[in-house]
Amino acid sequence: MKKLLLNAAALALAVGISAGSASAADKVKACWIYVGAIGDFGWTYQHDQGRLAVEKELGDKVQTVFVENVAEADSERAIERLAREGCAIIFTTSFGFMEPTLKVAKKFPDVKFEHATGFKTAPNVTTYNAKFHEGRYVIGQIAAKMSKTGTAGYIVSFPIPEVVAGINAFMLGAQSVNPDFKVKIVWANTWYDPGKEADAAKVLFSQGADIIVQHTDSTAALQVAEEQGKHGFGQASDMIKFAPKAQYTAIVDNWTPYYIRRINDVLNGTWKSESSWDGMAEGTVNIAPYTNLPDDVVKMATETAEAIKTGKLHPFTGPITKQDGTVVGEAGKGLPDGDILGMNWYVKGIDDQLPK
Amino acid sequence: MDVWFAVFLTIVTAATPLLLAATGELVVERSGVLNLGVEGMMVMGAVAGFGAAFLSGNPYLGVIAAIFAGMAMALLFGFLTLSLVTNQVATGLSLTLLGLGLSGLLGESFVGEPGVRLPKWLGIDMLIPLSFILTAVVAFVLFRTKAGLIIRAVGDSHSSAHALGYRVIWVRYGCVLFGGACAGLAGGYLSLVYTPQWVENMTAGRGWIALALVVFASWLPWRVAIGAYLFGAISILSFVVQTRGWSIPPQFLNSLPYLGTILALVVISASRRLTRGNAPASLGQPFVPDR
Repeated sequence: MKKLLLNAAALALAVGISAGSASAADKVKACWIYVGAIGDFGWTYQHDQGRLAVEKELGDKVQTVFVENVAEADSERAIERLAREGCAIIFTTSFGFMEPTLKVAKKFPDVKFEHATGFKTAPNVTTYNAKFHEGRYVIGQIAAKMSKTGTAGYIVSFPIPEVVAGINAFMLGAQSVNPDFKVKIVWANTWYDPGKEADAAKVLFSQGADIIVQHTDSTAALQVAEEQGKHGFGQASDMIKFAPKAQYTAIVDNWTPYYIRRINDVLNGTWKSESSWDGMAEGTVNIAPYTNLPDDVVKMATETAEAIKTGKLHPFTGPITKQDGTVVGEAGKGLPDGDILGMNWYVKGIDDQLPK
Repeated sequence: MDVWFAVFLTIVTAATPLLLAATGELVVERSGVLNLGVEGMMVMGAVAGFGAAFLSGNPYLGVIAAIFAGMAMALLFGFLTLSLVTNQVATGLSLTLLGLGLSGLLGESFVGEPGVRLPKWLGIDMLIPLSFILTAVVAFVLFRTKAGLIIRAVGDSHSSAHALGYRVIWVRYGCVLFGGACAGLAGGYLSLVYTPQWVENMTAGRGWIALALVVFASWLPWRVAIGAYLFGAISILSFVVQTRGWSIPPQFLNSLPYLGTILALVVISASRRLTRGNAPASLGQPFVPDR
């Protein structure tokens, strides 16, 4: 009931903002649905930075509307409402919005939908994602170099391919430095709950991890690392301010170029459904400045990042041994994108059961 | 630090905000008022606590500001439901919405700022013992003093209390304000101790868990404490189990705190002995003296 009412309030707000909009042909109304708060300083924050950049770049040609804190299970109403309110293009920025987005898209064939991090498309639905696993390979190498206990703690949200691929890439990066590296995984079953993320970090540190990695959205875990004199990596945003002594680096998402390009496509009438998957080469996935690291580790990380950027190194270079012992991938070749986008297995060396 | 001591401390930190907020709400409900706005008061406490500590550099000022922010929200709730006799359920829900929205607005400039921590001794901050003192005081006042008798009388039968000459509305105002202070303090605990930062919606539903705990504890202070620690312990231990690599689905583990609470609720409400006479009979009913 709480979520329901929250959404109702958020919608009322959004509708209030959008009232009285002109629907001139040379102006486009672009709308965003966020799973968290724009003030999370992580995932949603970065998407909203993209939205603000769009406003700045396109000026009068665009009107933007966003609804934040939309529960995944309850998102269909929010998306449909935006479609009814005259949004020409709607970005839905969480994996769990996939089915609701497709459902609404069927009812509104003239509205363009863009779903982040999913894998299903339709004539008016594009998916866009970023190769976060490229960044995770780099931080895996750093973690393996820097950990004294040889164990990292990994806080994750939900067992979806993007997250699983992140864990695997991290582990492959770590194993390239230390083949015996261990990772302890905690599923928090939430994208955003600072308290819970902090609890998970505390538990992981108490169980022998000395470096924390997260695939949840708040800065809480890194703050725990700072307090306990341990280390970690920022997620989605550069979180150095929260952990000046603890953060080694951060994987920073930059959606701005993509948003500007897609909204321009709508303005020019050249929008087409596609599956966009940019990574470090395109500047969607970035590595924040290295801090608290010795020079040789920085050098190694910089070289790895450069190699990934230029395409010399693929994080999933075959052959890769799965947890169950089977081998995938051709020797010396990267796994095909489809295999990564649908990844539902762990690499060998991960001591955890993948939740189904 | 010993491994299990660290786990224990994590449990205590997870339980304390729940205990603080639930103890306050218990007093409110004992006086016959149902305030569903705990989440809203809590999140306002969190933003005010963070703001005051951040701007002044003094975490103790943050604690005081958190208490006052919770009380300000409670005063608004009291004015609406007690003086203007609005529907308590609807007003409480609106209070939560107001708190979440307003705190986001007020806290906009605090996002991304590192917070000020409340000092700790051996991993224990001062609010942890305080939460137990609070529980003891509430238990004592409610069941061992005349003031407590009056509060319970007002909650059980406001007409009778009124006929005996007690100022029903003023007693309820007092309790509602006390509940607001506790909820605000619980929010301050989040932004000053638990995760010393301000992010929108950082209470993440803890106010609702506190509300549920009051019912689960059948309106008894020490049971609230047990409930808060049970909830905290199950949440943290489910993480520990995960790090041990046992093959229990994490989705199940993560639902355990809720399942455990529901189970306890069912067991308690099934037993007459445990619930008898505890639920305030006038809970949620508005009082208008001349009716």
